[in-house]
Amino acid sequence: MKISYNWIKNYLDLDVSATDLAEKIERTSVEVDSVVQPSAGLKKIVVGHVLSVKAHPDSDHLHICQVDVGDEEPSQIVCGAPNIAEGQNVIVALPGSRIADNVKIKRSKMRGVESAGMICALQEIGFPEDVVPKAYVDGIYVLPADAQPGAPVFDLLGMNDSLIDLDVTPNRGDMLSLNGTLRDLAAIYDQPVQLDVPEVKAEGPAVADQLTLHVDEALAPQYRMRLVRNLKIAPSPMWLQIRLWNAGMRPINNVVDVTNYVMLKYGQPLHAFDYDKFDGQDVYVRAAQADEKLTTLDENDHDLDPQDIVIADAKAPIALAGVMGGLSTAITDQTTTVAIESAVFDRTHIRKAAQRHNLHTDASQRFERGVNQAGVQDAADAAAQLFTELAGGEVQAGTVVGSNNQPDPAIIKLTLTRVNQVLGTLLSLDQVTHILDTLGFAVETADDEMTVTVPIRRNDIHIPADLLEEIARIYGYDKLPATLPTGRMTQGRLTPAQRLVRATRHSLEGLGLNQAISYALTTEDKAKMFLTHPDSQVTKLAWPMSVDHAVLRMNLVTGLLDDIAYNTARKVKDVALYEQGRVFYREDGQERPAEEEHIAGAVTGTLLPKAWNHPAQPVDFYQLKGIVEAYLQDMAVNGDVTFEANPQMKEMHPGRTADILIHGHKIGFMGQIHPTVAKAFKIGATMVFDLNLQAIIDMPKRANQYDVISRYPAITRDIAMLVDENVTNDQIMAVINRRGGAYLQSTKLFDVYAGDNVPAGKKSLAYTLTYQDKTATLVDDAVNQAFEKVTKRLESDLGAEIR
Amino acid sequence: MSLKDKLTALRQQGLADIEQATDLKAVNEIRVHLLGKKGPITEVLRGMRDLEASERPVVGAFANEVRDDLTTAVANRRETLENAALNARLAKEALDVTLPGTPVAKGEPHVIQQIIDQIEDLFLGMGYQVLSGPEVEEDKYNFEMMNLPKDHPARDMQDTFYITKEILMRTQTSPMQARTLEKHDFSQGPLKMISPGVVYRRDTDDPTHSHQFHQVEGLVIDKHVTMADLKGTLQVLAHELFGDKFDVRLRPSYFPFTEPSVEADITCFNCGGKGCSVCKQTGWIEVLGAGMVHPNVLKMAGVDPDVYGGFAFGVGPDRFAMLKYGVDDIRNFYLNDVRFLTQFTKKG
Ligand SMILES: [Zn+2]
Repeated sequence: MKISYNWIKNYLDLDVSATDLAEKIERTSVEVDSVVQPSAGLKKIVVGHVLSVKAHPDSDHLHICQVDVGDEEPSQIVCGAPNIAEGQNVIVALPGSRIADNVKIKRSKMRGVESAGMICALQEIGFPEDVVPKAYVDGIYVLPADAQPGAPVFDLLGMNDSLIDLDVTPNRGDMLSLNGTLRDLAAIYDQPVQLDVPEVKAEGPAVADQLTLHVDEALAPQYRMRLVRNLKIAPSPMWLQIRLWNAGMRPINNVVDVTNYVMLKYGQPLHAFDYDKFDGQDVYVRAAQADEKLTTLDENDHDLDPQDIVIADAKAPIALAGVMGGLSTAITDQTTTVAIESAVFDRTHIRKAAQRHNLHTDASQRFERGVNQAGVQDAADAAAQLFTELAGGEVQAGTVVGSNNQPDPAIIKLTLTRVNQVLGTLLSLDQVTHILDTLGFAVETADDEMTVTVPIRRNDIHIPADLLEEIARIYGYDKLPATLPTGRMTQGRLTPAQRLVRATRHSLEGLGLNQAISYALTTEDKAKMFLTHPDSQVTKLAWPMSVDHAVLRMNLVTGLLDDIAYNTARKVKDVALYEQGRVFYREDGQERPAEEEHIAGAVTGTLLPKAWNHPAQPVDFYQLKGIVEAYLQDMAVNGDVTFEANPQMKEMHPGRTADILIHGHKIGFMGQIHPTVAKAFKIGATMVFDLNLQAIIDMPKRANQYDVISRYPAITRDIAMLVDENVTNDQIMAVINRRGGAYLQSTKLFDVYAGDNVPAGKKSLAYTLTYQDKTATLVDDAVNQAFEKVTKRLESDLGAEIR
Repeated sequence: MSLKDKLTALRQQGLADIEQATDLKAVNEIRVHLLGKKGPITEVLRGMRDLEASERPVVGAFANEVRDDLTTAVANRRETLENAALNARLAKEALDVTLPGTPVAKGEPHVIQQIIDQIEDLFLGMGYQVLSGPEVEEDKYNFEMMNLPKDHPARDMQDTFYITKEILMRTQTSPMQARTLEKHDFSQGPLKMISPGVVYRRDTDDPTHSHQFHQVEGLVIDKHVTMADLKGTLQVLAHELFGDKFDVRLRPSYFPFTEPSVEADITCFNCGGKGCSVCKQTGWIEVLGAGMVHPNVLKMAGVDPDVYGGFAFGVGPDRFAMLKYGVDDIRNFYLNDVRFLTQFTKKG
């Protein structure tokens, strides 16, 4: 809500600038979005009196005007507005003036005719289009007849003001009005405030004889109407128009403007019906029926919902209650009798109706947050009074009341001890009761205890904690001390699982992978890829925002491939990423998926780019395997890590994919993605791994231990052999390890070869075997014996041909 | 010529020859020539037989002295020449030390992870636990137990990705307040926890909005926790993340699960508090929401609000990273351009 600094100053004697006031509001009440002074940056814009208007000889729409701008001689100004006319007072931007958007106006020639300035529309001096009165939207603005030629226009148009735009939180509905804001400021500045009290002079017969209300009290706890006859519809006076457009509302006519003005001032939305358009004298406040329709003031048609509250006459709905009036009973230039509705509607119904019909109006915004339930009559009276003053209306006697359920004021008990205990302050009882008093809360004290009666208008205050907030903010958050919690000591430490997750990240970063954080919401197709939990069902969002993010991921790999695709599209060719995060597996029949921590990596291009002293080496299976092995070693999982070829995963290269097992349990996979998948993602050859991090967390771990380093020399023997090409390293290693004898310390593969000089269908492998006795110097004989045994076994078990 | 004179001459000549030798080979030849079995010193010693018995020890001692002098001279000369040779070789081995070092494969933690870790470490040091909760949450924990019943207007403030009527992607890390409060045994001491994690909102991605981002929830519940403690804790957090020069101020705000509720601002990075376009001339930048835990939240979790109370806060690491490094588009955090990821390399 935009609130006028000048308007506030009519009621409070404030010795602060608008920006200081805004800052104070922001620090004590609600956020301030902006403070705007409409005349800021504008200059030399004055009232001009149009003496004569002549058509431009070389144009079908331009006029040559002689304008009195307060100088001795009139100024000649060329104007293209269709509504320019002799005798008008207009807005003139003089030569050398500055109008909206920092545009400078100079003396110029228009189609050969001198023009000393420009006659302006309101938009041209900074008014938003949607507040300009309809009559002047497509032309220049016409000022009142008593304006003095040559005088600056800013005061006339209410532009020498500061408009403070409040971003009111949902709890502070009371701040959506001048009066509510004044009450808060009175407390902030510790200054009494005198609010206006409406005075109605009723002349006509009783309203009760002219209107009967039938109200569903659950939908409208309060509902009342006043009736004003013999109104003359006309434009509102300038002061009222200024109040409205400075609040961001378009002036329409004296009746509609008065209802809006009262809403701005009291916070109570009103609706003015053209009484003569009612079908009969009975007005109903009820739920809509399923097949009912309504055309609202904005000329949109709505199919009504049984949850909508409507105002209806005997025949049909005439307003969507609390949201917008209906077109059939709208105020027109011919209206003479107005029924003013002042009511309280159920908040939830209004909020839902506004959502359902996508009609978020000034009225619905206020009803949703709750209006002042003690001020319903005041607002109706204020409007009736203004109808008399501004439209010559005759107020009919009395008010018809359809429902009148005012809540009781909240009464809250609070001790001073509690105040200081929660806020961490040393406030005195006097300080606290004074703050509550300035807010208009009634306080009775007995020793340390306060009994606080909260005015009905503050519908956000119900419990002691609410009062604590009032006390704290008015006292000032800046004055609160800054301390740290005391009390019993607690131990702060990561759990073993949290430490392992951190170690996982550090390990993979040390191994050259950058941490990625990808989107967990993806497409159904991607969610189903690289699945290591084959029975899992996809989990879909009910209303996704986009098809790209509609389903919960069931693997981390596709997210990383998306990242690689993003890099590839931006010509970044070498990408090495890992991600630690959750995947979401859902069992059939379950609503909610289980969340499993995973760790995955993806590398494309090269890990080490080409440099001046070494060539680039494209990433391959074994490089990534080295990373996975080193990582699993860091995690010290107790059990052998093995890799088993898996030609079955459809997203993976059938010959370059391995399941990863610990102690025989599969915990993930690694390898090269299938070329068709790479193509679909528009990326190059990519190596990936995906491990169940939760499984790694849960598995038993080895502790570090010290092993004495032997002082006795080691002896090595190399062995090279030819084997069938389908014999694996694991098979050879198994034979060597099983048959290597007591002194075999380690076996290291140092060469793999197939091709020239190796028979077709065979390959050559070479290993170094290291023997050592930890307690004595090994003798050659013992090594020779052991080596011979292994050699024989390789020949007999694997058909190896030793070379 | 006496033997002694001969030895004196030999020494003089020998020392001169050694001094003039220019390579190791020449030094070696001189050594073999002078000190070898057929060399002149051996020759002189052989002539001792002809001397008087009384002269022999004197001449013998002198001969040994000469031999030692020559041996030492040879060794010195050899060392000198060897050093010269080594220096010559090292001179040839000189490198251009300005050529770039050989690259090593090195990965970086994500910038948001770095901020989360920093927050975790700070609070671990103050005795907080770190807890994590489900990303797919029940409406009950995400909203209802956070004092947001089904029809609460504040539910409109956060648009939610629902999966079913009761299951949703959590919109905040606050449900961890309810989950932790339900379980905590206050007889074992106060509850002090932070809970970092991913949250989701039904937003269209643009430079300042992301449907996925991070939060760190904080919660302290004990018998005497004050709003001043909240203010002090947030100050410590701001100092840790941004530096000691940064001030914190609290402003009233509204969250259904806290009362009083505040928004915390810190001194603007860009202008240091003087006012600039980044901070809309206020000198302050909004960084987090906080407040004293609402009695309803405690009550719903089975904690007696007349005995226990405390504060909660919610920090946005994404926003912190954007502010701290001037990142102008939140999507950078989730698109993982390597050129972005590798910019934040400072450790410690
Ligand atoms: Zn600034």
